[in-house]
Amino acid sequence: MDIHEYQAKDVLSNFGVTIAPGALAYSPEQAAYRARELGGDSWVVKAQVHAGGRGKAGGVKLCQSDQEIQAACEGMFGKKLVTHQTGAQGKGIYRVYVEAAVPIEREIYLGLVLDRSSQRVMIVASQEGGMEIEDISVEKPDSIVRSTVEPAVGLQEFQAREISFALGIEPPLVQQMVRTLKGCYRAFRDLDATMVEINPLVITGDGRILALDAKMTFDDNALFRHPQIAELRDKSQEDPRESRAADRGLSYVGLDGNIGCIVNGAGLAMATMDTIKLAGGEPANFLDIGGGATPERVAKAFRLVMSDQNVQAVLVNIFAGINRCDWVAEGVVQALKEVQIDVPVVVRLAGTNVQEGQRILAKSGLPIIRATTLMEAAERAVGAWSNDLKQATRVRAVQ
Amino acid sequence: MSIFINRDTRVIVQGITGRMARFHTKDMLEYGTNVVAGVVPGKGGETVEGVPVFNTVKDAVSETGATASLVFVPPPFAADSIMEAADAGIQYCVCITDGIPAQDMIQVKRYMMRYPKEKRMVLTGPNCAGTISPGKALLGIMPGHIYLQGNVGIVGRSGTLGYEAAAQLKEKGIGVSTSVGIGGDPINGSSFKDILTRFEKDDETHLIAMIGEIGGPQEAEAAAYIRDHISKPVVAYVAGLTAPKGRTMGHAGAIISAFGESASEKVEILNAAGVTVAENPAVIGETIASVMQ
Repeated sequence: MDIHEYQAKDVLSNFGVTIAPGALAYSPEQAAYRARELGGDSWVVKAQVHAGGRGKAGGVKLCQSDQEIQAACEGMFGKKLVTHQTGAQGKGIYRVYVEAAVPIEREIYLGLVLDRSSQRVMIVASQEGGMEIEDISVEKPDSIVRSTVEPAVGLQEFQAREISFALGIEPPLVQQMVRTLKGCYRAFRDLDATMVEINPLVITGDGRILALDAKMTFDDNALFRHPQIAELRDKSQEDPRESRAADRGLSYVGLDGNIGCIVNGAGLAMATMDTIKLAGGEPANFLDIGGGATPERVAKAFRLVMSDQNVQAVLVNIFAGINRCDWVAEGVVQALKEVQIDVPVVVRLAGTNVQEGQRILAKSGLPIIRATTLMEAAERAVGAWSNDLKQATRVRAVQ
Repeated sequence: MSIFINRDTRVIVQGITGRMARFHTKDMLEYGTNVVAGVVPGKGGETVEGVPVFNTVKDAVSETGATASLVFVPPPFAADSIMEAADAGIQYCVCITDGIPAQDMIQVKRYMMRYPKEKRMVLTGPNCAGTISPGKALLGIMPGHIYLQGNVGIVGRSGTLGYEAAAQLKEKGIGVSTSVGIGGDPINGSSFKDILTRFEKDDETHLIAMIGEIGGPQEAEAAAYIRDHISKPVVAYVAGLTAPKGRTMGHAGAIISAFGESASEKVEILNAAGVTVAENPAVIGETIASVMQ
């Protein structure tokens, strides 16, 4: 789960990371008011969306008056911000963060990630702050400092000092940097984050180390023990189809194609999408309905897939291990009776009790196109979708 | 010889009184797995499918001589159960549980290092379908009847995609020596490389099928290892050619976040290491059959 910049700053400041004074606003008027409250003579107005690359996309504006703040906000509120991370549809701006502008002397990149090779938390830092880490690793790979944290004892002072000196931090500021690093690690560890990124972490003209931007991602599997973090979820930043799926315990990712997929198991779901592509079609979604494919779950899956206007055919691919094909077949039949589905439906069942499953589908009297192999299923779904009447008729005749 | 389990392996089921665990305990017993005990704190003395339940893994091990464990414990408590198994002297542990926090798994991996390597428990999973040596024993949730006994060793992240491969092999009359699920989580007990090492030493395994997916460095690590250390033919498939970058595809670990983590990059790396890669999931069986000839 991602959170907003202002939320991440709030979280990190509770762990000893210093941030610039700032406040949240839900309207242009409120933003101007917040700026007056903060004092000073220049402010940065930042669109709060769950994506990086906001600056280049026009989501960060330096302002020096009420009027400038109002104008900046009017260009943001209710608009979609399209950055290189949001996709073409962009993300809606409903909140802005107003922050006192600070004199920047140096910019540092600081990231904490779950390193899958060492299976530990890794700190990644560079003197080339402000650039994205992908670009730093291509253009200035030698500037990157890495340090792995031993999970039994946590981040040690000496490691934090080593990182600080490697970044060229002046000796009087090293203690501040150590505090920042340790705070980030503690926040990561205590709150089950999977990513903390401060880019840039700045050194100001008056010798302070401040987090000027902050991003945090949390482990969905650990939210059960952090209700205060789970509350920070902002559904306006999610694909509405995906929010609906998550609320129903289904794992769904919306894509741009026309063939809806309902599959059990993540690997098989990806393989099914790949096969659709190979057969000449484009998948509309990834959907893993999980092990217990009960009739209710299958019906939910159908409703979810059909809520995407682009879907012109549905492919159900279930390999029954835990669940049995006859259950799944009953679920499909029940779902097709409950949910209005006006597009061709191809069903491929395999595994436990497959004959019984096929029998249930056949005697249901519903216009279900059946398939036995994965390739056959994909070809029939693509055939049905491509509105090639001849092929669709032929496929129906085959069953 | 199969790897990890055989007919005689004494197995315990942690969390045996849960609905899923009961169902699969019955299934495993029917398959011929030697399930000797269950463990659920506070339910010692009960029985499930005729199997005695103990309060602790240590009790179960000392009473039954069990050496393998299957963990069905819910996510908040699963890491603790794995460590309990490691401490009680279990040699091979399969964790089925999906949804364990990643940092709990970091703790588990660190904890296991307290035991010398030769005594250290081998963990596969979490978030996997288990391990099966067809005709011998089943330690997991896979449908046993889709596997023929034979000489292909399968290692994969995904449960149902592994079933798909086994079913395609059965269709061609090709059997499996052992199939091992390593699971879809970002931090897992064993990597592809760990299992490949076992298959290389296993006389019964003549060919290795490796079923990977997007995300993480383990397929690329395996490719380098195969090139330098594996003499047996390896056939691979990588799921997720159509998966977008930066999105989690069901498995917590299936997310393209760095260079070399997309399916096409992994295919390229595996090809370069001399691995035969099946171009699509529908031809995994066919590709293995053609390499076997």
